[in-house]
Amino acid sequence: MSEVATNYVEPQLDSNISSTTKSTSLPTDRLERVWGWGMADSAVEYVYQPSTAEGVAVVFETAKRTNRKIAIRGAGRSYGDASIGSEEISLDLTRFNRILDWDPSTGVIIVEPGVTISDIWRHCIGDGWWPYVVPGTMFPTIGGVASMNIHGKNNFAVGTIGDHILHFEILLPNGETRSCSREVNAELFHAAIGGFGMLGCFLTITLELKRIYSGKLKVLPISCPDLRSMMDAFETRSGTADYLVAWLDCFGKGTGLGRGLMHQANYLQQGEDSAPFNSLKMENQELPDTFLFGLVPKSMMWRFMKPFVRNTGMHFINWAKYQSGKLSHLKSHMESHAGFAFLLDYVPNWKWSYRPGGLIQYQSFIPKETAYDVFRKQVELQHKFGIISYLGVMKRHREDPFLMTHAVDGFSLALDFKVTKKNKARLWKLCAEMDELVLHNGGRFYFAKDSTIRAERMSDYLQEERVQAFLKLKKQVDPENMLQTNLYRRVFGQDST
Amino acid sequence: MNSPWKQAIVVGASSGIGEEIARQLSAAGVRVCLVARREDELKRIVSEMNNLGVIPSATSNASIGNAIYRAHDVTDIDSAPAIFQDICTELGGLDAIFYASGIMPSFALGEYDIHKEKAIIEINVIGAMSWINLAAERFGRTGAGTIVGISSVAGDRGRGGMAGYATSKAGLNTYMEAIRNRVGANGVNVVIVKPGPVRTPMTATSDVGKLPMIINADEAARLIISAAANKKKIAYVPRKWQLVMFIIRTIPSFLFQRMKNLNS
Repeated sequence: MSEVATNYVEPQLDSNISSTTKSTSLPTDRLERVWGWGMADSAVEYVYQPSTAEGVAVVFETAKRTNRKIAIRGAGRSYGDASIGSEEISLDLTRFNRILDWDPSTGVIIVEPGVTISDIWRHCIGDGWWPYVVPGTMFPTIGGVASMNIHGKNNFAVGTIGDHILHFEILLPNGETRSCSREVNAELFHAAIGGFGMLGCFLTITLELKRIYSGKLKVLPISCPDLRSMMDAFETRSGTADYLVAWLDCFGKGTGLGRGLMHQANYLQQGEDSAPFNSLKMENQELPDTFLFGLVPKSMMWRFMKPFVRNTGMHFINWAKYQSGKLSHLKSHMESHAGFAFLLDYVPNWKWSYRPGGLIQYQSFIPKETAYDVFRKQVELQHKFGIISYLGVMKRHREDPFLMTHAVDGFSLALDFKVTKKNKARLWKLCAEMDELVLHNGGRFYFAKDSTIRAERMSDYLQEERVQAFLKLKKQVDPENMLQTNLYRRVFGQDST
Repeated sequence: MNSPWKQAIVVGASSGIGEEIARQLSAAGVRVCLVARREDELKRIVSEMNNLGVIPSATSNASIGNAIYRAHDVTDIDSAPAIFQDICTELGGLDAIFYASGIMPSFALGEYDIHKEKAIIEINVIGAMSWINLAAERFGRTGAGTIVGISSVAGDRGRGGMAGYATSKAGLNTYMEAIRNRVGANGVNVVIVKPGPVRTPMTATSDVGKLPMIINADEAARLIISAAANKKKIAYVPRKWQLVMFIIRTIPSFLFQRMKNLNS
């Protein structure tokens, strides 16, 4: 891929093909293997990287003319197949990435969809603003996080990213551009946010940010001896905490089942930080450069982790983390916003330690009434199958007004599983059994993470009124079903028009 | 049976070894597109394979799991790129290509016929290059894939009785080695298959069909698929031909030209 200019010119179709039966050919030099973030899935696609709205429109027209589907992709940080589409056009938005406007007096920013969370917080923190909602990594694009309607460690308090999007413009597959907000085109507004790229391509997104009075957060570790105490801690602290996230040791069983370490974080109020201009500086927000007492550069860290990414190693690491967490119990400290928010970015490319098979994340969202039972059973199922998640993370959520939302008034448990040739079939079976628990308890899945659900298992889910409403809207704005991903076909079936 | 591939193209799938490869891949759960000149034969084979009354063609909306076909003459090299892209789209991807098209017209003793020989080269070599080029470009760009070319033991020596055929197979061998040296480092497996005599329509008209070490096409296909799955670089089919051809290759030329049996 070579074009970087903003003036997007569509390359000529192959001129050396003279007597074709169909004129569907796309230039073969656009062929690339496009990966899901977890490295367990990939697709071969014709990659287009326009940098303007006109360029996006040209890609839509190219797809129509050549009778191809489009899979829209941001930074490709979804774990599974949400951003890939076999033999399709990959509409990669990472070069469509200008910050169009930033108003430090109101904290409102207008960006193109390829702008990343990293671009946004770096742009705004010096003025004393921070995004209301950020994921555990700063590399996703705003188009991607809007399409997945992502949440952060403060979902229970401030909702999802969609709750802080004021307005967007979207190009629909039928060629129309629509301007959407809570007042104008409200139905499309609430469906395209969380619509996993199936309704159109965002052209601009207007986002409100949060005023902060310090570059630091007050962080309090809370050691939890079992699942019940962890969930109780969420309930008692969610009234006062700004952020709550818990790491859960899935190797723990018996009385130690669900043990882990929770972190509560709170913003500093105006005046608490006597020198906010200092703590808000970029250099005080950077993540560490080295590990293991400065001996290992962070770019090499994944190589050191790799030998431990197996059952014995991770059993020990989880145990050690739990034990050391006990020592820090209720001893608060200060941490930078970036340091607290972007835990997943401490070790660049840590996913490579899961090579060669990659990893999947299984994350389910369960109403608070049944969450304890479901998560206890999910951990027990892992022990029964002998496939233990190396990293379990629990969060507290609340409902939101978006059509395809994953959030419920309850909890989520995210489980990272290593994929190997040997365990794959069994791991998928484990996930299927956990799916049953989720579906029978009014739970929801999260397309940014999912890799394993099949349409046949989703029949109840697909009958839900909101899902039907979504598919009806898709048919209106995308009558030829041009926007598709492997995830869409996997979950909604081949003929879900 | 577990196959390392999800989708495969078999060129020359309307009879013989190609047909057997397509059938066995499909039975192993691979989604196969059969390519050959004769559409009627393809239809018959695909409908048998799919065990259905309805036959999905490469341009229809066939459901995943079914074999599809595309009629194509491998000498029509200009139409191959678009057909290749169509097939990849229809299959939903591509992991392997088997090139099994080949002709071996019989020559009378002392016959010289450049037109027969041109046809051999066009189908056995140019056709192979046209399809394998497409697969090699795609697999090389995307970092994975298996390319299998059905060559022959005949390519190992220039036997007097089959100058055109031996030349075509020697050419195919060298071409495939070159392709391997071009994209092999990018995760592409290039497998040169050298069968001895196999009972197929191609050999039925010649004396090859009467040789003692001859095997059936289904046996050959099984060995070829297994060699490809095991990422062999050169596979003699069956294995004993490796020893036989090793000996034959070591025969000095001045002796070889006196050996009537080998040159008929």
